Amino acid sequence: MKKRLLSLGLAVAMAASLTACGSSGGSAETKAPAGETKAADAAGTETKAAEEAAESAGGVFKIGGIGPLTGPAAAYGIAVKNGMELAAKEINAAGGINGAQIEYNFQDDEHDPEKAINAYNTLKDWDMQMLLGTVTSKPCIAVVAESQVDNIFQITPSGSAVECISGDNAFRVCFSDPDQGKASAQYIGEHKLATKIAIIYDSSTEYSDGIRESFVAEAANQGLEIVASEAFTADSNTDFSVQLDKAKEAGAELVFLPIYYQEASVILKQASDKEFSPIFFGCDGMDGILSVENFDTSLAEGLMLLTPFSVDEEGSKDFVEAYRAAYNEEPLQFAAGAYDGMYAIKAAAEKSGITPDMSASDICDAMKAAMTEITIDGLTGTGMTWTAAGEPNKAPKAVKIENGVYVIQ
Amino acid sequence: MSFLSYLINGISLGSVYAIIALGYTMVYGIAKMLNFAHGDIIMVGGFTVFTIVSTAGGSPVVGVLASIVVCTVLGVTIEKVAYRPLRGASPLAVLITAIGVSYLLQNVALLIFGSNARQFTSVVTLPALKLAGGKLSISGVTIVTIITCVIIMLALTTFINKTKIGQAMLAVSEDKGAATLMGINVNGTIAVTFAIGSSLAAIAGVLLCSAYPSLTPYTGSMPGIKAFVAAVFGGIGSIPGAMIGGILLGVIENLAKAYISSQLADAIVFSVLIIVLLVRPTGILGKKINEKV
Repeated sequence: MKKRLLSLGLAVAMAASLTACGSSGGSAETKAPAGETKAADAAGTETKAAEEAAESAGGVFKIGGIGPLTGPAAAYGIAVKNGMELAAKEINAAGGINGAQIEYNFQDDEHDPEKAINAYNTLKDWDMQMLLGTVTSKPCIAVVAESQVDNIFQITPSGSAVECISGDNAFRVCFSDPDQGKASAQYIGEHKLATKIAIIYDSSTEYSDGIRESFVAEAANQGLEIVASEAFTADSNTDFSVQLDKAKEAGAELVFLPIYYQEASVILKQASDKEFSPIFFGCDGMDGILSVENFDTSLAEGLMLLTPFSVDEEGSKDFVEAYRAAYNEEPLQFAAGAYDGMYAIKAAAEKSGITPDMSASDICDAMKAAMTEITIDGLTGTGMTWTAAGEPNKAPKAVKIENGVYVIQ
Repeated sequence: MSFLSYLINGISLGSVYAIIALGYTMVYGIAKMLNFAHGDIIMVGGFTVFTIVSTAGGSPVVGVLASIVVCTVLGVTIEKVAYRPLRGASPLAVLITAIGVSYLLQNVALLIFGSNARQFTSVVTLPALKLAGGKLSISGVTIVTIITCVIIMLALTTFINKTKIGQAMLAVSEDKGAATLMGINVNGTIAVTFAIGSSLAAIAGVLLCSAYPSLTPYTGSMPGIKAFVAAVFGGIGSIPGAMIGGILLGVIENLAKAYISSQLADAIVFSVLIIVLLVRPTGILGKKINEKV
């Protein structure tokens, strides 16, 4: 009896796996309703095609996307996916790139380098020609090593570690970590926000450590005094009481948090329990803090962050409205970065005159040259240009959270 | 003054480790197995409270009681389904099963709740205690955690030494075969042990998430490992040992963070463990048992 049950169970499992394969094969037509990303993410992948793209006259450009749709950095990945989708739809509706429509495919990497490589290979099997991604630094460093070997054009909307664009095939829309750290110190110094600064950073991520290094280097030039520099690691990211006590003890007027929003939400909570209320100042990783589930957003009042994008700007109005209508939430700067990334691809593709029938490697060579020649007025900066090394040139901006929304300073 | 503050925070963190370690140590002492799923039961407790209090808007008291019930049932079920059939198997097989159960719980939680972190609303609403003219502030959660830990430890010691079931536990832990011959229901006794261990995990989960308010499906794994270390540190199988081990671990961790390096804190904790085990291989309060050959 037991054996029979077992074989029945196995048969059911096999049947289920067969149907699973079938559905993923045909999922180019499936469309998840906007905003319900969470449920669909359980499956890990999501494939969407542009409207009746495949058979259109000019062929299609296949653009892949990689980022965390689940996991601790999911807010970033979802925002990038949405921004990419929005831009792709707009570009397709306006006639596409060089007459060809865009087809895109976004894969989940759970903010994990290994899974990012898997996602990259999945996209290669899908015949990806260009890559928008990845979203977070560590996976991006892993993927760029592969894409450089394969010579596939890559532009990351938000991978800010220096090594994220180590290949000459890779570009980025956001600032690099050293640029963010330097810009933060300059901003604090120039606006005289404080002179006694404490830093709480994650020593186990390149992102956090990279920003801290350049912040400390620039702080000296700005006359800022670092009174405490406290680390935590991925294994100890729930208890910050000692770090906060030390910052408080040292008389810090401003606590610099070059970390991701999730840990920051815990820090803000614990600081309020300790009745410690300095100015908190973050970088782009802080973007998303208002979306943490069950987070008391009043704790984030007065929090400042360096971000290239704000929903309140005049220039981003159309985008923000379209985004709200499509996804029923406020766009993060990650969404804006992805949107700009797609338009950078479009501009460079038009400059170089690439066509969909070219190989990914030929496209990459043409795009590399074209990227340094284009200028884009995007959501994350006006007059953006790129160096051959892949770094963008644009001016930084800071926002402050007031009454639960970003207010540009 | 700051030293006192670090010390008290350390004792509070250590108390949570101690409550978790009590679960490890009881199960090990009696069933002679390492229940690696223990840390994940803490997470289940946390999510139960979160669902009832924050999602459904129930009262914290109901939430805590429900999480104790859920965890107890879960613990007993796991024991019955996954561990009892392996009672005669090699210790390694049971260990692997426990790791399997741990991953199962994590992944089921991932499936249900997703991996996005949630802020846990503290169930303790006591105001902070202010001493020395406001210079030293001890949060309500810290006080509750320390008091709960002491109460649990006293109650558990009394339970084991004064009640019949407690005596049965001691007997089973000493010699399963002889206990069976004396008419003790070994399986029943082990089930009770799991029930107690899991209800302690529920309490630990509530306190852990109240003090460090971030809840994910992986919330229980690192505290679980640290608590296991605490149990070994204090002498696995010994109840006062788990308590002492837990609190020492928390204090060492916090003081190392404060005075040596916040980056090296974990490395220092584990180095202390290695040194203690080199000097006293059975842990601080561990019994030296001579194996008869």
